[in-house]
Amino acid sequence: MSNNVLHIENMTMQFGGVVAVNGLSLDVPEGKIIALIGPNGAGKTTAFNCITGLYEPTNGLIEFMDKPMIRNHPTGKMKRNYKGKNPADYLGKALSPTPDKITERGIARTFQNIRLWKSMTVFENVLVAKHMRAKQNFLSATFRTNAKEEKRMREETMALLVEQGLDKYKDDLATSLPYGLQRRLEIARALASEPKLLLLDEPAAGMNPQETQELADFIKEIREKYNLTIFLIEHHMDLVMKISDYIYVIDFGSKIAEGKPEEIQTNQRVIDAYLGVVEDE
Amino acid sequence: MEFFISQVLSGISLGGQYALIAIGYTMVYGILRLINFAHGDVFMVAGLFMIYLSSSLPVFVSVPLVIILTVALGFIIERAAYKPLRSAPRMSVMISAIGVSYLLQNLALYATGGQPKTYTTIPFISKTIKILGAPTRIVTVITPVLVIVLIVILTLLINHTKIGIAMRAVAKDFETSQLMGVKINSVISITFIIGSFLAAVGSLLYFTNYPTVVPLSGAMPGLKAFVAAVFGGIGSVPGAVIGAFIIGICETLIKGTDFSVFSDAFTVALLIVILGVKPTGMCGEKVTEKV
Amino acid sequence: MKKNKKAFNKGSLITLLIIAAVLVLTVVLENTINANSLLFTVIRKSAVYSLVAVSMNLLNGFTGLFSLGQAGFMLLGAYTYAILTIPSDTRESIYYLFQGSSFNFSFVDLFSSVFGQQGAGKTVSLISGVLLAIICAGIVAAVFAYLIGLPVLRLKSDYLAIATLGFAEILRAIFQWDKLGKVTNGANALRGYPTFADFNITNANGQIVFRLASFVPLLIAGICIFIIVLLINSSYGRAFKAVRDDEISAEAMGISLAKHKSLSFCISSFFAGVGGALFAMFASTVQAKTFTSAMTYEILLIVVIGGIGSVSGSCIASFLYIACSEWWLRFLDNTQYIGGKQVPLLRNGFRMVVFSVIIMIVVLFFRKGIMGDKELPDLFNRLLNRKKKVTVKEGTENE
Repeated sequence: MSNNVLHIENMTMQFGGVVAVNGLSLDVPEGKIIALIGPNGAGKTTAFNCITGLYEPTNGLIEFMDKPMIRNHPTGKMKRNYKGKNPADYLGKALSPTPDKITERGIARTFQNIRLWKSMTVFENVLVAKHMRAKQNFLSATFRTNAKEEKRMREETMALLVEQGLDKYKDDLATSLPYGLQRRLEIARALASEPKLLLLDEPAAGMNPQETQELADFIKEIREKYNLTIFLIEHHMDLVMKISDYIYVIDFGSKIAEGKPEEIQTNQRVIDAYLGVVEDE
Repeated sequence: MEFFISQVLSGISLGGQYALIAIGYTMVYGILRLINFAHGDVFMVAGLFMIYLSSSLPVFVSVPLVIILTVALGFIIERAAYKPLRSAPRMSVMISAIGVSYLLQNLALYATGGQPKTYTTIPFISKTIKILGAPTRIVTVITPVLVIVLIVILTLLINHTKIGIAMRAVAKDFETSQLMGVKINSVISITFIIGSFLAAVGSLLYFTNYPTVVPLSGAMPGLKAFVAAVFGGIGSVPGAVIGAFIIGICETLIKGTDFSVFSDAFTVALLIVILGVKPTGMCGEKVTEKV
Repeated sequence: MKKNKKAFNKGSLITLLIIAAVLVLTVVLENTINANSLLFTVIRKSAVYSLVAVSMNLLNGFTGLFSLGQAGFMLLGAYTYAILTIPSDTRESIYYLFQGSSFNFSFVDLFSSVFGQQGAGKTVSLISGVLLAIICAGIVAAVFAYLIGLPVLRLKSDYLAIATLGFAEILRAIFQWDKLGKVTNGANALRGYPTFADFNITNANGQIVFRLASFVPLLIAGICIFIIVLLINSSYGRAFKAVRDDEISAEAMGISLAKHKSLSFCISSFFAGVGGALFAMFASTVQAKTFTSAMTYEILLIVVIGGIGSVSGSCIASFLYIACSEWWLRFLDNTQYIGGKQVPLLRNGFRMVVFSVIIMIVVLFFRKGIMGDKELPDLFNRLLNRKKKVTVKEGTENE
């Protein structure tokens, strides 16, 4: 038994002739904050989309809590390249659950370009995320025999909003909030689905240094409080260096480096990828 | 055997007529991402134009007049009902299209007084001839030839003229082509003009094989032509034509059996199957939604 | 915050009072003024159309699924209702072209054999038979919707529209098929089943003593719409709205698209089926050729006029729509003379032309419809609040 929440092996995502993610392998250990960085267009968000089931990877295995979650190995490629410990995991048939099934298992995410439900209030946005785990069916919900459950959902939602400092906006339309608070609301919504692993796609995008600083504290705080493992994509290097326990760097879909923050800072390949290589000197 | 040959022949002919309608659907969809629900009714109105015009004018005058009027109708519909909604959600435009379809059907009902109108016999193409021993009308032979000629012209237009390039650019990316100085409105108008022209020609050929025109005459051919467009990959002209021929032939073959009721059902079933198996159709391009 | 909640209740209360008033008024009017007045036709038909429009709104407005199959589901409902309630002894004559029907039982007969055929027993068996048949009509439509939904609901919005439209057309063709004549009576009409007029209370001589023929459809449609409103305001309703607003984030938050879309489609079709049964009762004959795509368009346009995403809008719009088409604009269909001169253009069919022009104007220039996505209670609350503000203002001015 490993202590990895998420284990990705040899994940490849191909769109026609473009290989967006190429043979990516990585581990996300329980309780840690892991970062995935890379230049624009490196395939980071594509990797997230594969993990959350939005895309079906062309090839590869994704295990969640030590159980195979997504698996695809056209023409036995997976088997040939396999170097790991559990061959049995790879021989089964292809698995490609829909995103909601993956969320149900305990992976929640936020989006790079915020995707809140625009016709709903702040309160409703969080409340809907509770829908999945509520014990009810459409009949009990329609005829209000689920009153207890509904009450619990509302109370938990309110508690979550108070905690995030969003309670005073509760009846406002979600999209009327300032940008920073919309990001926070998206995180609150993800937390409402009671995840074990939280994927944050550029949580600090568009924030000033002050806000970024607050976000760093906030991420650490929710990790403690909800016993979370966090996997994030970020471009703000100071944030990444400050909070992550381990960093993976990808470029053109392939992993080019991994290590502790201080190792990444001095890694020549990473510097080259970000700044470009000066050719023939 | 003779029966089979005449079935196949009329299937090809029907397919050609569907193809002429399908091009209108596929071009409009390619550019505006709109299912032009009114297109089938434009086709029906063209049939009525012919009936009313030919009652007082000779055929060689009324045929061009029908085509001109139908083109004008298509142009006006676009300007009046779709242009004001250019920035509105897609659903609103689609509802507007349904509104136009409803309006055209009611206008037709008003004009005809609800009575089926007998279609004009166009002298030359209604004549009966024998091919491989199977009796058929000249229109059956003319249709595929005419369709191929028109499509060759259309393809040349799309691939080699300035307006054709503009059309392809707008179909690819609406906003960017606007930024690059393409006159969106005139491109869209021309698309509708071409679509209506082909529908008018299609209508002349189609209704020659049917005794009457009623306000709902456009609905079913419209639906089938749309399915043909989807089958061939929406936005692709050659795809739509191939799709239309396949649907036309299958439909006439099914009509020849005991299950003629299901000839329409077949089309819809085909639509579901294609969209389930290959949503982009035979010649369509794959688009991945960016998240 | 508390005040807000109170105001919410007030708005809903006013709405409920209005609904109750409409119901009472209908009964009173029905028994006082001429029962053949067009008003009652309008009330009955608009009750039926309200229900169908609201069911379509649930799908198009609240779940964001652009479906055009409503007429098809109404057809299923209408036929199911008729087939299940035509009395056994009249079947022979209705199905005369097909030498009788292959079903030879009717719910009303079934119940009257239990409760008796006279007096109260007759009433009870009529009501329970009709209700059971209506529910069956809904269930048949919902089951079909489930099956159709399996392949179709995976399609994108506009493809979904054309596929559902196609399905409705196919259903219409199949129900007219001769080989199914023993069940559907082919292209001929089904008739002789209980209609709204059977709910008028009669005395022993068959004379009508108390009319309920307009109250009954209003009541049934009202109950169904109330259930839909409950659903929309429940956890599932919120999930539907999430799917409408953004499918990708809804799925990422654990809302199964397949399950929720199918649920919404089935529930919407259930009520469309019920609406079809009510339509059968309204029209007193059922014939497949009435359930055309034009009917679906009509219902869609009602939804648009009322406001996509507003239940009360759909109800108001269906009343206005039906009143205009059946009553207020009737004169357009007949040749009229003003001062001995014939008014031009007026003849059969002109009404629908004027009507479609009006609709195009609404679609093009008043895209939000009557209510936008607001409901009547919201409207009353806003009015109430405005009044309060005015009084507060006056109060401060006086000081």
